[in-house]
Amino acid sequence: MHVPDGFIDAPVSVGAGVLAAAGVAVALRGARRELDDRTAPMAGLVAAFVFAAQMLNFPVAAGTSGHLLGGALAAILVGPWTGALCVAVVLIVQALLFADGGLTALGVNVVDMSLVAVIVGYAIFRVLVRVLPYRRGTVMGSAFVAAFVSVPVSALAFVGFYALGGTADVSLSAVLAAMLGVHVLIGLGEGLITALTVGSILAVRPDLVAGVRDRLPRLELRTPGTSRV
Amino acid sequence: MSRRALVLVGLLVALVLAGLASYYASSDPDGLNKVAADQGFDSREKDHDLKDSPFAGYETTGVDDGRLSGGLAGVVGVGVTFLVVGGLVYAVRRGQRRGTPDPATTRDSEASDVPR
Repeated sequence: MHVPDGFIDAPVSVGAGVLAAAGVAVALRGARRELDDRTAPMAGLVAAFVFAAQMLNFPVAAGTSGHLLGGALAAILVGPWTGALCVAVVLIVQALLFADGGLTALGVNVVDMSLVAVIVGYAIFRVLVRVLPYRRGTVMGSAFVAAFVSVPVSALAFVGFYALGGTADVSLSAVLAAMLGVHVLIGLGEGLITALTVGSILAVRPDLVAGVRDRLPRLELRTPGTSRV
Repeated sequence: MSRRALVLVGLLVALVLAGLASYYASSDPDGLNKVAADQGFDSREKDHDLKDSPFAGYETTGVDDGRLSGGLAGVVGVGVTFLVVGGLVYAVRRGQRRGTPDPATTRDSEASDVPR
């Protein structure tokens, strides 16, 4: 969903840039509280993994592909603030080093794929994880739903920017319907990859999944210093 | 599994995905590009300002073999992303320590891995 230069006009691009910068600044403050000895080593890995996964376009419909956005995944694994930073760095690296995603569109891309995807994905995940009994299956299901929904909502955010500053005179309702339609399909892939990745880490080190740490059995918390390998 | 082992295994997976598996990724337009083409606003796309940079388009300038060209770009991307976020985290953690003079947070990570 990387927006290239030219789709969104200059004023809205600048506005999105300001919004993105503010969001990243807030995320940096939040990460100060969030980063501890467990999340810190995971953050680089999460960003690297999201970068790699974004290279893997999977087919979704005739002549169309999609790839992981990773906002929900990053938020679940390292927390929402650090997760937003991870995805923002991926987008910046892609724009600067790989000419993927326009430079003037960087703000739009950070808002859509980092901020919006993280907020939506993390909020849904936390609600589900709190409501459901703690089991690996329910956590994976929650991750699936959260990641799945985050993709069409990200697409919706793009359409919002397009409504404000789209450079071509096209039917907004047609763009909205087409964007939602294809991104619901891409969302299924997003949900699957996110659930499998979260499930794999849950299987070996559940304490390294930041989004479920408060749901882990208490025994873990009673043995500080001896519980680790 | 220790944290270090998990991070190393994860990095290895990321390197394999970006360096090898990416060659087999779909080259069809992604959701947004397809919609732009169908709805008729794809012509508004402007050339990327950095389209001639060494790794533009996930290809390595001067490497003709497609598999190698894309694979190198992927490995570079994984490495750069990991280092940038790692550096950012390091900087944030340094700020944390300055803000909170709690010895538990300044000691070796092995000794302070207690939920706070």
